[in-house]
Amino acid sequence: MESQFPILQIMDCNGQIVSPMYKDNISEDFVKKFYKQLLRIRLFDRKAVSLQRQGRIGTYAPFEGQEAAQVGSALALEPADWMFPTYRDHGAAFVFGHSLRNILLFWNGRNEGCVPPNGKRIFPPGIPIATQIPHAVGAALAEKIKGSNHAAIAYFGDGATSEGDFHEGLNFASVIKAPVVFFNQNNQYAISVPIEKQMNTKTIAQKALAYDIPSVRLDGNDVFIVYFETLKALERARNGDGPTLIEAVTWRYGAHTTADDPSKYRDQIESNNRREETDPLLRIERWLKNEGLYEEKWIRQIETDAIQEIELAIAEMEAFPKANPADIFDYVFAEPTWQINQQKEEYLRLIGGEAK
Amino acid sequence: MNTAIKTRTITLVQAITDALDTMMEEKSEVLLLGEDIGKNGGVFRATDGLQEKYGEGRVIDTPLSEAGFVGAGIGLAVNGFIPVIEIQFMGFIYPAYEQIMTHATRLRMRTMGHYTVPMVIRAPYGAGVRAPEIHCDSTEAIFTHMPGIKVVCPSSPYDAKGLLIAAIEDPDPVLFMEPMRCYRSIKAEVPEGKYVVEIGKGKKLLEGDDVSIITWGAMVPIVLNAAQEMKEKGVYCDVIDLRTLYPIDNEIIADSVQKTGRTVIVHEAHATGGVGNDVLSIINDTSFLFQKAPVERVTGFDVPVPYFGFEDHYLPSEARIIHAIKKVMSF
Ligand SMILES: Cc1ncc(C[n+]2csc(CCOP(=O)(O)OP(=O)(O)O)c2C)c(N)n1
Repeated sequence: MESQFPILQIMDCNGQIVSPMYKDNISEDFVKKFYKQLLRIRLFDRKAVSLQRQGRIGTYAPFEGQEAAQVGSALALEPADWMFPTYRDHGAAFVFGHSLRNILLFWNGRNEGCVPPNGKRIFPPGIPIATQIPHAVGAALAEKIKGSNHAAIAYFGDGATSEGDFHEGLNFASVIKAPVVFFNQNNQYAISVPIEKQMNTKTIAQKALAYDIPSVRLDGNDVFIVYFETLKALERARNGDGPTLIEAVTWRYGAHTTADDPSKYRDQIESNNRREETDPLLRIERWLKNEGLYEEKWIRQIETDAIQEIELAIAEMEAFPKANPADIFDYVFAEPTWQINQQKEEYLRLIGGEAK
Repeated sequence: MNTAIKTRTITLVQAITDALDTMMEEKSEVLLLGEDIGKNGGVFRATDGLQEKYGEGRVIDTPLSEAGFVGAGIGLAVNGFIPVIEIQFMGFIYPAYEQIMTHATRLRMRTMGHYTVPMVIRAPYGAGVRAPEIHCDSTEAIFTHMPGIKVVCPSSPYDAKGLLIAAIEDPDPVLFMEPMRCYRSIKAEVPEGKYVVEIGKGKKLLEGDDVSIITWGAMVPIVLNAAQEMKEKGVYCDVIDLRTLYPIDNEIIADSVQKTGRTVIVHEAHATGGVGNDVLSIINDTSFLFQKAPVERVTGFDVPVPYFGFEDHYLPSEARIIHAIKKVMSF
């Protein structure tokens, strides 16, 4: 079965274009556009880990190593499409235009973090595994019923494919030909559980066969193949041809979250060695060098810009008004029930000091 | 005759590990299933070292599939094993909800005892540890509502070990809720080896004649602080840790309430449909005429457990508990 789903690539680890078909697409500007986004989210991710260590945000889920999968897929979307990310896909959400301040607020335990910028259709990060998959199917079905050509993309990990919601979502989407892309980042671990213990199949792509959905398996660290294959899947969706399952094979270098210790379950030296070989940013740097286009100055410039943008968002997050207790009561229903009103009133009176 | 019982000072989570170890040692039928419980020893390390000791056949890292492994637990249980299943966080038990509600709870009844489900489901629960959203649910009431499953919730290392051993020995399914915020915050002396704390029995933690405070789980330390503060003001609280939420110890409630005539119920879960209401109805049934004041409830609000930026507002605080104690005292 594995041979039926070979890992597709455009640019290999050495920065060589291995898929001649795309040779013309890979111009300097095109490559630099992707590199910039990869760097931007890598810098954000590293900063977020350090913010967590300093106690300035709560537990955080890092994605370093998975940048290409997130950037390539997010850049393929049209602004009016729907995105259903997980807790690890804030890179994709950021690239798609989520507010960085709000992403940080989310990791700081604030409701505001789930609010996307106006006009952006981004769901709050999926916390229970795989549950966002049927939501994406529903949103996509709505677009189909409305007769639009917008699509939805659902992100999920390898572990998520064991849950019923994954199978129910794929089956339903297949039956109703929903314009949805199921985007799997196979980072080969669900917390500590390696893929061999998660499933008996060698690929995730093959699971689509059961639902008669087209699927592909990609080098998830090759931002270009991710981009073009997501684009293809979205086109298929827009044309009324239904869902696609994409398996982007990738790796997370670090911990599952900042509360996790990966050295308990895998060899971190081996994990770090992967960086030298397959890193999504390094391969582009190699391409730039091969082509004689590598400019330290340009890289420093985009780095400085990204850091500035990130620092600004951190400052905004930290300057954000303190959590307003009324907020926990005010958004549960459109019209609060008497129970909620009564509880709110009593509580606000108590913390207002009257009761002490 | 008097062989001194050896004890160790351990945390609540270590007491859980100790209980699992003790029972796996004693009964080869005891199997552990769950996500990340093997090599990783569980995300809270509750199963640390057990796979090394008992092998992959008895400590099974499952695929990420709660309905799958809880359902399989039912199959294991009817076929001679005692599965002890870890749900990583109680907020992630819902995919398995159908298996629990429609099968685990009623298989004994449907088959007139021919098939039974001696299974334990362990689930860390509760807010106050700055965990991400949905990791903090305290939804015991949706399980106590369903006949056929017992619901247990210890607050100390001693009780955790004794109750978990009792749960493993119980012939029926048990939901074993573990207060996350107590996992490492309290250490206590725990006997080595096997001992049992009876399911269905509460425990008096503080003796007082003025007000009965009835609580459980992660609220226990907060209630004790509030009671201590009231003691300094001359109000003496009778503090009861229910420890089991189904079946509830109605005698310990009645005894206390009939002594004090004033009651405050404290729980972290939402007010509406909460287990506190069952406590209230026990008071109504057993002790109506002893009441000197209406019963006060201090609970989580009727709102989804908010993100941790707001959780101090959600969780019952000492201030809210003290306010309620003063209210019943001054009625
Ligand atoms: C229903 C449910 N069960 C358990 C968890 C706890 N949990 C959080 S992440 C995770 C592993 C997810 O692995 P995968 O789907 O491969 O995604 P990755 O974290 O690797 O991106 C688990 C078990 C959860 N969030 N939801």
